[in-house]
Amino acid sequence: MKRLLILGGGTAGTMVANRLVHELDMAEWQITVVDQDETHYYQPGFLFIPFGAYGKADVMRPKRDYLPREVEVIISEIRLIEPDKNQVQLVKENRTLRYDYLIIATGSHIVPEETPGLMEDEWRKSIFDFYTPDGAVALHHFLRTWQGGRLVLNVAEMPIKCPVAPLEFLFLADAYFQDRNMRDRVELIYATPLSSAFTKPIAARQLGDLLEQKNIKLVTDFNIASVDPDKKAILSYDDQAIEFDLLVSIPTNMGSDVIERSGMGDDLNFVPTEKHTLKARDYDNIFVLGDATNLPSSKAGSVAHFQVDVFIENFMRYLDGLELLPTFDGHANCFIESGHGKGFLIDFNYDVEPLPGMFPMPGIGPFSLLKESRVNHWGKMMFRWTYWNVLLKGKEMPIPAQMSMAGKWQR
Amino acid sequence: MLTKELNVALDAEGFMTDPSQWTPEIAEMMAVEEGIAPLTERHWQVINWVRQEAASSGEFPSLRAISKRSGVDTKELYELFPKGPARKIARCAGYPKPKGCI
Ligand SMILES: Cc1cc2nc3c(=O)[nH]c(=O)nc-3n(C[C@H](O)[C@H](O)[C@H](O)COP(=O)(O)OP(=O)(O)OC[C@H]3O[C@@H](n4cnc5c(N)ncnc54)[C@H](O)[C@@H]3O)c2cc1C
Repeated sequence: MKRLLILGGGTAGTMVANRLVHELDMAEWQITVVDQDETHYYQPGFLFIPFGAYGKADVMRPKRDYLPREVEVIISEIRLIEPDKNQVQLVKENRTLRYDYLIIATGSHIVPEETPGLMEDEWRKSIFDFYTPDGAVALHHFLRTWQGGRLVLNVAEMPIKCPVAPLEFLFLADAYFQDRNMRDRVELIYATPLSSAFTKPIAARQLGDLLEQKNIKLVTDFNIASVDPDKKAILSYDDQAIEFDLLVSIPTNMGSDVIERSGMGDDLNFVPTEKHTLKARDYDNIFVLGDATNLPSSKAGSVAHFQVDVFIENFMRYLDGLELLPTFDGHANCFIESGHGKGFLIDFNYDVEPLPGMFPMPGIGPFSLLKESRVNHWGKMMFRWTYWNVLLKGKEMPIPAQMSMAGKWQR
Repeated sequence: MLTKELNVALDAEGFMTDPSQWTPEIAEMMAVEEGIAPLTERHWQVINWVRQEAASSGEFPSLRAISKRSGVDTKELYELFPKGPARKIARCAGYPKPKGCI
């Protein structure tokens, strides 16, 4: 029996397990998935919890229900990866698992401890995150009775998973406070380390305009050094201060601790990965999928999906002794909620920035690109159903893995 | 721009596109354009470390990596290269604009 081990049973780990049981001869292969958490969280849903649109139950499902019957599932923290011995140590029962091939899909998570002051007295009192289910729920409780004031949304450091989530949060907050007839009592500020509203110029311009229309103040090049919980202010390395009544923080995102313990990561515990093949840079029988890579592609579920598509085809070639093809192009496809039942869609890759146009999707689309529309909002809402029922199960999605220029307007 | 007079390839924003063409004189000129001249020993510590790191790893290091391993911490990086240290360091060290993540 050949052994394939998948570390992490989140979005990428679940998708790849479902695809592999169809591609590999299961009489010859043993596939094991290890994850520390029994619950699968639909993370894109976290965005809607603070505004009461989703509750916690809407975003939680048992992991086992989404993993194929043919794979062994072990719920345990992973203690150590030993790539030189082709084995992994688990915390539970001190087990050691050997592997022939390893897939690392341990994702990324927020580390508020990286910013001094963030987790002191005001944490979960006037400082919240919405990147964890508990943070999103706590923020929902806070907002229900909040009388208004200055809401500062701060991104601590790039990269973050779902880089459009901060903008979506602000657009939804604007709509939420309008609906509650208190928008005039809320000042919205977006403090970002980026030099514009988004990383890509054309989209940055469009989204920047939208911020202005919605009266959301943009503070760029703000690199947070610390939080002063007594003065209720965030402080930057170049001594700017922004006071807040409510701070919504997107703390530093890092890869899993086990990557650091195993000495396999960069300064943020992301695993150095070959940009176009998804093979670990330093190991020939290890592949990295999803948020765990150090690649300059977006950390998003859609990207993980395109990666899995590309990986499966390549892995089959690899097993047959053929070389890996450089087929991953950094493709990302994200719906952006803009409030009041409307949304944007952006589609881009390593080389092509998000462009305006129409996005063809057989049976459902077309969706307008880089432009607000109601259809795009429905695309996002439908995404939850699609996520659980199509995406995770590894079924065919009507979007090719490589980005296409069809429908995009080029200058 | 001063650096236009040098015979090195620059992109539209004044970043060098071929780090192998770099010389210490270029760093001094970039520093003038960035308003941080003259370069001190502490600036050089950063520039030299970054060039070494980029050459050995093939990638321009992140600000976090620089502050962790160059011997100059984040606070001081902002003092030496105020307002956007990553871009100023990249210019002085003769590297293309660091790709913000997406
Ligand atoms: C607020 C928010 C909104 C988002 N919105 C969108 C969106 O609209 N569209 C989109 O495409 N994406 C969105 N995303 C991003 C998307 O959820 C992630 O990119 C995706 O889930 C990444 O998948 P992954 O498999 O790499 O990591 P995860 O799904 O996070 O899985 C990692 C798994 O590894 C396990 N693990 C980690 N370390 C260990 C260890 N040491 N031992 C055992 N187990 C371990 C974890 O328990 C987890 O189950 C959003 C994310 C957030 C937070």
